[in-house]
Amino acid sequence: MANDTTVTATPFDVQSIRDQFPVLKEEMNGKPLIFLDSAASSQKPLSVINRMSEYYEKNHANVHRGVYQLSQKATDLFEEGREKVRSFINAASTQEVIFTRGTTESINLLANSFAKKYINKGDEVIISSMEHHSNIVPWQMVCEERGATLKIIPINEKGEIKMDEFEALITPQTKMIAVVHVSNALGTINPVKEIIDIAHNHNVPVMLDGAQATLHTPIDVQDLDVDFYVFSGHKVYGPTGIGILYGKKEYLDEMPPYHGGGEMIETVTFEKTTYNELPFKFEAGTPDIAGVVGLSKAIDFVQSIGYDVIHNHEQQLLEYAMNELSQIDGIQFIGTADQKASVISFNIEGAHPYDVGTILDKLGIAVRTGHHCTQPLMNLFGIPGTVRASFAIYNTKEDVDALVEGVRRAAKMLR
Amino acid sequence: MTIKEIQDEIIDEFAFFEDWMEKYEYIIDLGKNLPLIDEQYKDQEHLIKGCQSQVWLHADEEQGKVRFTADSDAVITKGIISLLIRVLDNHSADEIANADLYFIDQIGLKEHLSPTRSNGLVSMIKQMKLYGIALNARS
Repeated sequence: MANDTTVTATPFDVQSIRDQFPVLKEEMNGKPLIFLDSAASSQKPLSVINRMSEYYEKNHANVHRGVYQLSQKATDLFEEGREKVRSFINAASTQEVIFTRGTTESINLLANSFAKKYINKGDEVIISSMEHHSNIVPWQMVCEERGATLKIIPINEKGEIKMDEFEALITPQTKMIAVVHVSNALGTINPVKEIIDIAHNHNVPVMLDGAQATLHTPIDVQDLDVDFYVFSGHKVYGPTGIGILYGKKEYLDEMPPYHGGGEMIETVTFEKTTYNELPFKFEAGTPDIAGVVGLSKAIDFVQSIGYDVIHNHEQQLLEYAMNELSQIDGIQFIGTADQKASVISFNIEGAHPYDVGTILDKLGIAVRTGHHCTQPLMNLFGIPGTVRASFAIYNTKEDVDALVEGVRRAAKMLR
Repeated sequence: MTIKEIQDEIIDEFAFFEDWMEKYEYIIDLGKNLPLIDEQYKDQEHLIKGCQSQVWLHADEEQGKVRFTADSDAVITKGIISLLIRVLDNHSADEIANADLYFIDQIGLKEHLSPTRSNGLVSMIKQMKLYGIALNARS
């Protein structure tokens, strides 16, 4: 992606984008807010905020099974949202789009349900060294439960998966390969198509953790031929509390339900319950209807700008920021992959990330500091954590300038 | 001086700072100058794990008073530790256990003691007071 020179910039007015994000007019510690933490959660445009409050004002009723018009309208909105997500990731059918609370819940659902059907004693699950705790712990838990082994794909010093060593890890016992699409801590864009092709050559399904990817890059699950894809609404300009598990129907049909309750059943007697069809089999309880309505608007927002424009803008900011930051004495970048999203992790020699983050906060600059829920990865690099700045469509060159100035100041104060 | 008197003294000192920069420069200096904890105490047993920064704390009893040494991997955390030690060190276990640490709020560093910050300081204060309680019970 970083090398993709075929994309041409469509002129767009970043100020008109910023105007759609009211939070960007806020102050932090008495300074204008410079928000550089979109990798943790992106801000929300007015179209999302307004539609969600309008939903509660005019459209809310519980979905499915309501015979009255209001409930039918809410159900329509909810299912239109599912269709919107289907087309957003180009899934073959809405039956393959399951709503969850977020990426973490999607992975837990998948790990638990998939393991019950497919993972047994002696089997293996493969993940990479750069996974978020959300894509480590659920697999660790089910491996322990099922007597399976978790294997780890190594990475190089730039923060790239060692592809040659990856294939060697696959054995006939390998039942799942679960890998992050874009690393939250390093920004690395993994060669997912290649990973999937190799896995499929060995008849092993692949799950991609797309939490960081959807903000930056279009997803086509059919083109990728990925078996499972998970992401969160809140990282792609949508509300918190809504996430997606995409799965190929052939797998989802075979997998047992995760949570039991309303919505997911066909018939219930005290002796036996039969389950609803896809996708409802995996959606127990009242779903986050407003979240789906908001997510639909977030997808509209992204599509109205277009990923080519988003990509161009973010890559320009990334390049500019890397150039400017690299001129600061003692700066060390963690994650310098050739293919990188607009996420920069760094440390200042002799300064703890917490201290740098604290000074930046005082300057009104919101960055994330710490281990970014990737402790094993930080251990690999032998550091307690990093300072991470991430850019989205609403960030500007001036934001980068403020960051660079802030980091210079922090370095001066701390050394 | 009593714990209260030391706290008031610190509040007076901080009143001179004109802006956050001066205040933090002072805290960073304190952090850099905090007497080092004996290396043997920088182990798992003395470690207070925070999500953002880590703290090591050791307490000893000396002539009926509790003596603290501590360290952190982050210098701002260390500076605040230095203030906490200045306030609580060399007091009786009873005084420490019952101390009301109002100065942190008064000098505008309350945010560093927020649990969401997770820098080890909240647990450190708890631990300092627990040492007080434990030594108190022993005597």
